[in-house]
Amino acid sequence: MTSPPTTPVPQRADVRWLETSALAGIWTREVTLFTRYWRSTSFAALVEPLVYLLAFGFGFGSLVAAIGDVPYIQFLGTGIVASAVLFTSVFTGMFTTFVRRVFQKTYDSLLAAPIDVHEIVIGEALWIASKAAVYGCAPLLAAMVFGLPPSWGMLVVPLVGFLTGLGFALFGILASAVVPSIDSFNYVTSAVVTPLFLVSGTFFPLDQAPGWAQTLAALNPLYHCVELVRDAVFLTWSWRDAVHVAVLVSFAALMAVLAIRAMRRRLLG
Amino acid sequence: MTTAATPAVTLSGVVKSFGSLRAVDGLDLVVPSGVCLGLLGPNGAGKSTTMRMLTGQVLPDAGTIEVLGHPVPARSKQARAVMGVVPQQDNLDGELTVRQNLEVFATLYRIPATRRAEAVDRALALAALADRQGTKAENLSGGMKRRLLIARGLVHSPRLVLMDEPTVGLDPQVRSELWVLVDELRSAGVTILMSTHYIEEAQRLSDDVAMMSRGRVVARGTPGELMRTHVGTSAWEYYGPPARLDEVTGLAEAAGLPTRRTGPSVSVLRAETAPTGLAEALGPSGSTRDTTLEDVFVLLTGEPVA
Repeated sequence: MTSPPTTPVPQRADVRWLETSALAGIWTREVTLFTRYWRSTSFAALVEPLVYLLAFGFGFGSLVAAIGDVPYIQFLGTGIVASAVLFTSVFTGMFTTFVRRVFQKTYDSLLAAPIDVHEIVIGEALWIASKAAVYGCAPLLAAMVFGLPPSWGMLVVPLVGFLTGLGFALFGILASAVVPSIDSFNYVTSAVVTPLFLVSGTFFPLDQAPGWAQTLAALNPLYHCVELVRDAVFLTWSWRDAVHVAVLVSFAALMAVLAIRAMRRRLLG
Repeated sequence: MTTAATPAVTLSGVVKSFGSLRAVDGLDLVVPSGVCLGLLGPNGAGKSTTMRMLTGQVLPDAGTIEVLGHPVPARSKQARAVMGVVPQQDNLDGELTVRQNLEVFATLYRIPATRRAEAVDRALALAALADRQGTKAENLSGGMKRRLLIARGLVHSPRLVLMDEPTVGLDPQVRSELWVLVDELRSAGVTILMSTHYIEEAQRLSDDVAMMSRGRVVARGTPGELMRTHVGTSAWEYYGPPARLDEVTGLAEAAGLPTRRTGPSVSVLRAETAPTGLAEALGPSGSTRDTTLEDVFVLLTGEPVA
């Protein structure tokens, strides 16, 4: 061992509410970890939508040729973007955050440095949302293999995936801070995530569904993601897309407030 | 802005309860800049809770805390930017390499990108881990993990270092290596607040010792002062059946000397001040030894340190 230095390493004197160094520290860590497991994650992200398209696209597709003017497999391919975003973000938010907080004590170690709980939550959520934005595009690529024509509107899809992923990552983090044990995620998955997935308009259009289903869909952020993605890909924009964006922004903002509050309760004694 | 005369840490009337358990009970403690203060006490004395309050991770119910001139928890982020923390538990990122662990914290500690590699190299050298920098943290030995925790807490060359039981669970050789490192930090003028329940560690490393029991400081001073004030310099130790120990205790206390009972033995403290003839009255089988901080602690609190 060598002697310790006597001159402090220079640091900025001021401290901001949201430090770029805090977010950079979280991202440095995440990117480094991601370089270790990107292959398996990316494999799953690409293969899953292909399986869905093969199973449902050709299965239901043989019964339902088209939804309106859109071939069923293209309808499904654009819808699955939302489920890819949902699963990438919500499960990472739930399980990874729980494991890091409870078992690995990662956040305990971070909080000894100049980083606050809200920065941890925001940094983690932004990273998860970024991954969701990228992996959310995988179904589009798969659908293009099955005949979905490319459009310039597809360039908007990563932004929609990011915004949706941000809300659901924060929801996952909130859930991780609320549940008493990791087994309790079964309740969240069965009672919340699966219904959101099914009542989102991914597999079938909701405009002819019963009124209660349409009301539920309107409250479901994933439905708004599905609608935005389809309007972007098929270039069918309307004023309703502003409402869809507003719902997703509001959802992310609400989840941010609740997730930060719940994590503060868990991490600060 | 703090000066050398400003205390590094000040706690006044600090209280913290967890449910019905009062972990810290009206704690008053001042740590002057540039000293190594040993916070000595048994498990449950409130040492770790005190440490976590200094980083803002545990919020006090009452009282005031100031760290390096910053009120905590209100401005704990500013305080954390200029202090380092070595936790009791291993909370390293096991999947990251030694170097990557330090790089993450160099970023969090706001070291400019141009100085980060240099700071990491210095921390690696400090902890003698330069040749293991590419090893995943989960593959390090217990001693190396502890050294990495220390390097992580020192990567930004802090003015204050909090060490929570830094050598617990380590073998004697690694422990003495870490003692050398703490000694060097102290010589470099870094303020150290170190909690421990190892008497020898507190006695050897600390300029000043604060003894904690049930959430309060029960005695404070240099190890020498504490021993001189409370237990003197030497002790007679007697072994025997309970009746014999009761007899020794009675005679010693009648002569105004404090005693300490430990299992099958009783120690007569301040033996150097014993009146003439007491040794003969106490009888044979006594041995003489130097007093220790443990004698002070047990005398003051009635409970063992470890």
